[in-house]
Amino acid sequence: MAFWRLFRRNRSAVFGLAILVAVLVLAATASMLFPGDPFKLAGQPMSAPGTNGFLLGSDTLGRDVASGIAHGAQTSLLIGALATVVAVMLGVVFGGLAGYYGGWIDDVLMRVTEVFQTIPSFLFAILIVAIIKPSISSIVIAIAVVSWPAVARLVRGEYISLRHREFVQACHITGMSDARIMLREILPNCLSPIIVAGSLMVATAILIESGLSFLGLGDPNIISWGFQIGAGRTVLRSAWWVCTFPGVAILLTVLAINLVGEGLNDALNPRLRERS
Amino acid sequence: MNQTVKRFRYAMKRLAQAVPIVLAIIVINFFLLHLAEGDAAVALAGEAGSATPEYMAQLRQKFGLDKPLPVQLGIYLKNVLVFDLGFSFRHNMPVAELVFDRFMPTLLLMVSTILIAVGFGVLLGLLAASGLNTWRDTFISVFALVTYATPLFWVGLMMIILFALNLGLFPTSGMENFAAFHEGWDRVKDIAHHLVMPTITLSLFYLALYTRLMRSSMLEQAGMDYVTTARAKGLTERRIVFGHILRNALLPVVTMAGVQVGALIGGSVIVESVFAWPGLGMLAFEALFSRDLNLLLGIFLLSALLVIAINLVVDIIYSFLDPRIEVG
Repeated sequence: MAFWRLFRRNRSAVFGLAILVAVLVLAATASMLFPGDPFKLAGQPMSAPGTNGFLLGSDTLGRDVASGIAHGAQTSLLIGALATVVAVMLGVVFGGLAGYYGGWIDDVLMRVTEVFQTIPSFLFAILIVAIIKPSISSIVIAIAVVSWPAVARLVRGEYISLRHREFVQACHITGMSDARIMLREILPNCLSPIIVAGSLMVATAILIESGLSFLGLGDPNIISWGFQIGAGRTVLRSAWWVCTFPGVAILLTVLAINLVGEGLNDALNPRLRERS
Repeated sequence: MNQTVKRFRYAMKRLAQAVPIVLAIIVINFFLLHLAEGDAAVALAGEAGSATPEYMAQLRQKFGLDKPLPVQLGIYLKNVLVFDLGFSFRHNMPVAELVFDRFMPTLLLMVSTILIAVGFGVLLGLLAASGLNTWRDTFISVFALVTYATPLFWVGLMMIILFALNLGLFPTSGMENFAAFHEGWDRVKDIAHHLVMPTITLSLFYLALYTRLMRSSMLEQAGMDYVTTARAKGLTERRIVFGHILRNALLPVVTMAGVQVGALIGGSVIVESVFAWPGLGMLAFEALFSRDLNLLLGIFLLSALLVIAINLVVDIIYSFLDPRIEVG
């Protein structure tokens, strides 16, 4: 409850949370609100919003844009969350080992991190998906591979600052194994910056996913916002709604997650608050 | 030892540090190529329409594909060092040639984007920080938050709907109007006219980034001791901001501009494919559609090298801007 009181102080974060909850509810109730496959042809093609029973119009093939947005919410949130979990795990392993052991292990791991940070990330993600064939798992892998270096740097810094603290020395004396100290003792002490970085990473992951599926690299069996926009490109002149509404959905979701992330930062790391 | 020699040594040291990164990227590139299904022989045989096992084996031998992996890696490294990036079977041209042809439009787009994004970002950040917590600050901060959350391709499409289709102010796509046969100054004007919308689209995201960075950097510097000293000397607020704070606050923005170049290349793939801007990004998009992996990997390699080169240049510029940075 103390946490909620801190979080509530940031009004824009509460606003973001409200939007995010709405998106989550939309994703959860998608198959109830719009039963059936979002790819199915639901009626007259190119219907304007509000006509022929389409709330947000239909696309060139007569697919319901609103249904696509609701089902696409599932895709975006799922991929955003999965990719972030994978990236955070990779980052914790790399950063934790580098920070805890230091020395040549640190040197080697940080060189590797540097290489991955230098590579143009979106282009790298495109390559990975194109090579392993577009699917949910290849998209998740691609986003995780380009996102983990930031987490690794963060975790490394935390581990370096914690590894010589008294409680860690006490663990060494009791004969605890390195793995146990790293995971059970140090990790819980640097969870809050990881949570903040992770929450902001979900937003970036959703943006990358939408970019990939806009370019035609989405999972062909699953509807997503980027795919809808990519499919509506050709009819920009005659059916503006096909591209417009899924974009608004991406914008609102990413904005909401960014606001919540900043709110978490303010609530979890009061020391780090850099706003005057 | 004088300053010039020191600078030169620093540049050399940074260059030496970049070498292992370049090698690592080439190796990653090589393994990505191998991960892909089917090799050059399969692709060639497919193009030729006939594929007897003997012919395939002959092709593999010709390209060195029958050799063990480390040997192939050695050959690949040697080829890359002389800028032989392989052959694009779709375009029937060496990859290196294709990529260099498309390099200039991308460079034009990137340079104009960096100028706009850094320029306006600094300006907006300055305005927000100097009017802290007023409506001006709030407005700029909200603007930055929203643009930060907007997908680039969507902004591009919305701009096409609004400015090109409805208002008819700008062309929807391409880099110049070939049918008009403009020459000299007219051609420059025509290209500039086509450049406006892609540049604005690509710069929006980075504009948000630089605005936020500049704002927090200004606020951080404003709390420093030297500012108190300047104020105690009786300097005007204007001179404190422009003569003292601004110069120091710019440093992180310069660093960030260097770091963001990699992301800018990714963004240009999307923006170029939205506006059909004939650069590297558009080429990557075409390569994606025709499953031309050689070409895609060539573009990837070249842009990674570009990022390393630009970071190197930024580091060296930085050492001129801030004499406190150790160059020895």
